[in-house]
Amino acid sequence: MTARPLRFFEGEALNYRRVWRASIFSNFLNPVLYLAAMGIGLGSLVDRNSSAGFGGIDYLVWLAPGLLAAAGMQSGAGEGSFPVMAGLKWFKTYPAIMNTPLSVSDLLTGLLYWIGVRLFMICGIFAGVLVLFDAADPAHAALAVLPAVLTGLAFAAPMAAFAAWIEDDTGLTMVFRFGIVPLFLFSGTFFPIEQLPGLLQGLAYATPLFHGVELTRAAALGIDAALPAWQHAAYLVGLLAVGTRLAHRNLTKRLRT
Amino acid sequence: MTTLLARVAPPAVRPSYRVRHLLEHNFLVYRSIWWVILAGFFEPVFYLFSIGIGLGKLIGDVPGPTGELVPYAAFVAPAMLAASAMNGAVYESTFNIFFKIRYGNTYKAILATPLGPGDIATGEIMWSLFRGVMYSTGFLIVMAFLGLIESPWGVLALPATVLIGFAFGAVGMAATTFMRSWQDFDLVNMVTLPLFLFSATFYPLDVYPEFFQRFTQFSPLYHGTELIRSLTLGALDRGIWINVAVLLVMGLAGSAVIGRRLERLLLS
Repeated sequence: MTARPLRFFEGEALNYRRVWRASIFSNFLNPVLYLAAMGIGLGSLVDRNSSAGFGGIDYLVWLAPGLLAAAGMQSGAGEGSFPVMAGLKWFKTYPAIMNTPLSVSDLLTGLLYWIGVRLFMICGIFAGVLVLFDAADPAHAALAVLPAVLTGLAFAAPMAAFAAWIEDDTGLTMVFRFGIVPLFLFSGTFFPIEQLPGLLQGLAYATPLFHGVELTRAAALGIDAALPAWQHAAYLVGLLAVGTRLAHRNLTKRLRT
Repeated sequence: MTTLLARVAPPAVRPSYRVRHLLEHNFLVYRSIWWVILAGFFEPVFYLFSIGIGLGKLIGDVPGPTGELVPYAAFVAPAMLAASAMNGAVYESTFNIFFKIRYGNTYKAILATPLGPGDIATGEIMWSLFRGVMYSTGFLIVMAFLGLIESPWGVLALPATVLIGFAFGAVGMAATTFMRSWQDFDLVNMVTLPLFLFSATFYPLDVYPEFFQRFTQFSPLYHGTELIRSLTLGALDRGIWINVAVLLVMGLAGSAVIGRRLERLLLS
């Protein structure tokens, strides 16, 4: 590793220094609101009716790690999409960077480092809220941060590849509406995917968020995941690798021609 | 609505018959990106299938507006409809309008024509209502298809969503005229997300602690949700007039502010 990706990282960090207050606030508030509304409020109805559906675990405790993984996905996808399009097209920082000694690889590596750090902050705060709600003990909550960050990166890299490929931002809106939102709702975050009809169940198994949720939930609750942990992790690492490769190719096409 | 608006707005910003040109403009703009509009319809449907049906199977029946038990999906569907009417109206009246005021210069160009600020305000609100009606119609058809509309009064849910759209659209646009930068939009989400989660949307009011229950009465989305839920479940009582009044007052207050603020923003 050379020091050049860190130059890009530094630029992002300096930029973030101006807006961090608002983002920390919403990073903290979002899990608090969701866990209070869905975990405690809706959870009281779920627990009254069918606690067996969740292996005897309180709905709040079951839901919380799923939401943590989903927050990783949403943040990773968010950081890999609009900021990349802004850098390429709206603010033109990426073309400007090409006039410095930084290469496309440096830019992409620096970007992924930066997204990784942001994900650690976001998921770390989320894990803190889990402890606050008594949904996990501190050690398990800290352990669950890792798969949640991996989930985020596995979404960030392909999103960056997509953002570098398309021409305008309606494509991004579509991916969020028809990709990220359905994944959030149907990948085992809110209810076990066994509740889905057979065909959709198979589809849910194939989604990356399902593997992220399984891994994060296993880490937070100290239970077994659907598959051995390394297989879930391998899926996400594979997605990260393929996404990075494609992002590199698409960014090169955009910036080096 | 136009006559009501005319009563509260100062003469310089009163809408005229020229409003239709602004509507035509919006129609032409969206004709090439119609799928953006189509996409908006899917979000509440996804929520209905996930929370209402997927999780609903594990929740069973819950007490409806009059206390009798209803299937969870029938309970949550009207709330999804009300929430999407709110979200659609807020999005259209904040992000889109801010862009047009600050960057698109659309309104400056329009003001070079015989159209006035009142035409712009009325036209934009009417357009967002029209868009909302399309979403709501689609969603109500899905609800009917799933057997979630238990009363013929359910057809009135459509005008009810228009009222919700009017209330939130007017207040959203009024708020937008005060916004200084994109950073201020963080505040919009900080208002709409708690409203979405805590307006008796996902579970009946009695699940909340008593303190929260009283607080919920101040949520405009709560009144929208109650209104639509009473209609689709056929549980009508005098309470719905309170729901209607709250939304109507909110919309009129917002409209009055928009008229005055747009005049200052665009004509000075």
